[in-house]
Amino acid sequence: MKTITEPIVVNIGPQHPSTHGIFRMRVVLDGEVVVDLEPIFGYLHRGIEKLAETRTYTQVIPLTDRLLYLSSMACNHAYVLSVEKLAGIRVPERAEYIRVIMDELMRISSHLMAVGFFLNDMGCSVYTPLLYMYQEREKILDLFEMVCGQRLTYNYMRIGGVSQDLPEEFIPALKKFVAEMPGFIDEYEQLLAGNEIVLFRSKGVGILPKDLAVNSSASGPILRASGVKWDIRRADPYSVYDHFEFEIPTGEAGDNYDRYRVRILEMRQSVRILEQAIKQLPAGEVCSKVPHLFHPPVGETYGHIETPQGEMGFYIVSDNSIAPYRLHIRPATLINLTALKDMVVGWKLADAIITFGSIDVCMAEVDR
Amino acid sequence: MTLWPAGNYWAHFGVFAAIIIAFVLLMVMAFIWFERRAFGPFQLRWGPNRAGPFGFFQPIADAIKVLLKEDIVPAAADKLVHWLAPVVVFLPALLIFAVIPFYKGHGLVPDLNIGILYVVAISTMSMVGVFMAGWASNNKYSLLGGMRAIAQMVSYEIPLVISIIGVVLLSGSLSMYAIVGSQDIPFFLVTPLGFLIFLLSAMAEINRGPFDLLEADSEIVAGFHTEYSGMKFAMFYLAEYGHALAMSAIAATLFLGGWRGPGDAYAAIGVMWFLVKVFFIFFLLIWMRVTFPRLRVDQLMGFGWKFLFPLALINLFIVAAEVVYWGDITWWMVLVNFGAAGVLILVWSRLFKLGGGRVEIEA
Repeated sequence: MKTITEPIVVNIGPQHPSTHGIFRMRVVLDGEVVVDLEPIFGYLHRGIEKLAETRTYTQVIPLTDRLLYLSSMACNHAYVLSVEKLAGIRVPERAEYIRVIMDELMRISSHLMAVGFFLNDMGCSVYTPLLYMYQEREKILDLFEMVCGQRLTYNYMRIGGVSQDLPEEFIPALKKFVAEMPGFIDEYEQLLAGNEIVLFRSKGVGILPKDLAVNSSASGPILRASGVKWDIRRADPYSVYDHFEFEIPTGEAGDNYDRYRVRILEMRQSVRILEQAIKQLPAGEVCSKVPHLFHPPVGETYGHIETPQGEMGFYIVSDNSIAPYRLHIRPATLINLTALKDMVVGWKLADAIITFGSIDVCMAEVDR
Repeated sequence: MTLWPAGNYWAHFGVFAAIIIAFVLLMVMAFIWFERRAFGPFQLRWGPNRAGPFGFFQPIADAIKVLLKEDIVPAAADKLVHWLAPVVVFLPALLIFAVIPFYKGHGLVPDLNIGILYVVAISTMSMVGVFMAGWASNNKYSLLGGMRAIAQMVSYEIPLVISIIGVVLLSGSLSMYAIVGSQDIPFFLVTPLGFLIFLLSAMAEINRGPFDLLEADSEIVAGFHTEYSGMKFAMFYLAEYGHALAMSAIAATLFLGGWRGPGDAYAAIGVMWFLVKVFFIFFLLIWMRVTFPRLRVDQLMGFGWKFLFPLALINLFIVAAEVVYWGDITWWMVLVNFGAAGVLILVWSRLFKLGGGRVEIEA
């Protein structure tokens, strides 16, 4: 008797516990082995780019909160930075420092979530690592709540600065957090990096080679895990990042373990930047005087920053009206996703899930 | 000890069957409560604490909820098999308790002379139900779960049985009652490696902890019970905890000395010791489940065949040689076996790697 096997097509998603939103992977499986994979997205498309054309420059800021909801502050920053570049608006130095503090806090919080969900996808089926990560994220969210009253969609940054100055209890709370955080990162590393199952599951799995990472224009921790030392904070310094000393951690193999590792190391660097920012924080105003309705000169601009997920850019075309003529977003996670197929074909179904998790996508940004 | 201690065996069967069903259901509720409560501190939270003192009535609230839920059967499902699967899964969990000795001479069939063989045979049956569920649901996730269940079952049944044979060699009997009787030194000390292998294989058998591949929620949604809802889902849930209870009870009986402990001349204290040991084993299972990520399917197979199977065989040979040499269970065995277990685990972890790598796919 001859056994005939044929591959089956499984639609992982749009509703699935580990697709991080509504994402669909059309996977062809031969037994457990992934033969082919086609990412299908667009289920969360809200037309943010089109909506932006009907709003004034200031009114677009809340829309950017809804892009990468795990790092809204960074999205705010990317947008206001682009508009300031377009209209030539000066930002007070204190505001720049506050923005950097917010960005780095956001980076820690987002990476905590990324690492937590990565381990969750790996099958810590009752959410244990994730709940440990939430513990620290709560403290960061409390800090954000102090400055802007919100915990998820901050809408804190304004064109020309930030909406309000730091409250007086913020800096002591931040200092306490910064002092505690390295200890917690050590604790997570002890718990996870010494875990045999984590190592077996993630080392050498889902490799993204260096050349492919560059060719697919991946960015952020995904690119750096493949061994490319590229970080917009250094490559094209914005805000006041040139005032700080920090390193850009890179991986070697570009596997799932390196992506996880780079995030842990980046958290340490973020803590370092925060320490320096607290020391250097100047006094002064936090927002330059920008009218509510202003007319940027005719032209176009592209401003980009390093969000926790990678390079997020805003391409804005102005026709001298109060609203952008065209606004295009370079979504970091969508472009990181494009290499997914090359990373998972030939691996098992379970590897496909954790590789997808290691990219740290946010479907709200992918679909916009 | 006679096979029918009460003489009138219909009355005996009736009474003990009722007791066992009540006991299993109550213990399953206690296990669910205990697990959820134990998860709390592990995860920096409280666990259930709303329904009753310490959330004690949470399982009851859950039970009422699932009873009232709508039972949905997929249109293209094989209706009969879909209906039958939860029953087939749950039944063995109850049947195992027929031979578990709670205390000297108390039980449905307390001194069945093939006791442990019966347990092995019956506990295997539940996997048939799992595969029935996976097949009948007409869902690809369920089918994958069912397939994984069969592969896992076949791989882990073997080390489980071989580690049990070690115990049988030591006690010289298949009867659960005699096995407990011969544990003047608890067998987890006499064959530490056998105990470890039994525990790990049992965890794989009951789909818990890092071996829950057939219901891997992050990969195949809920595996074989994706398409089940309402009371049928509750049956799977009951079965999962029923099997966990059964395996804990078997481990407590085979390796931790069952009801034996200080003051076991009194029945109540003996039963208490048995329950304490059962909860201890279950706590180990919870601990592993809450701590470890899941293994990948090829790593799971590799762990079964490359680690547990050869180690179980070697352990069996060592125990057999010792039984021939000493003839009786002595403290020397404990010493030698602890040394052997340490050396073997070290050597094996250096020699073998788990699982394979990437499979080349032709474009």
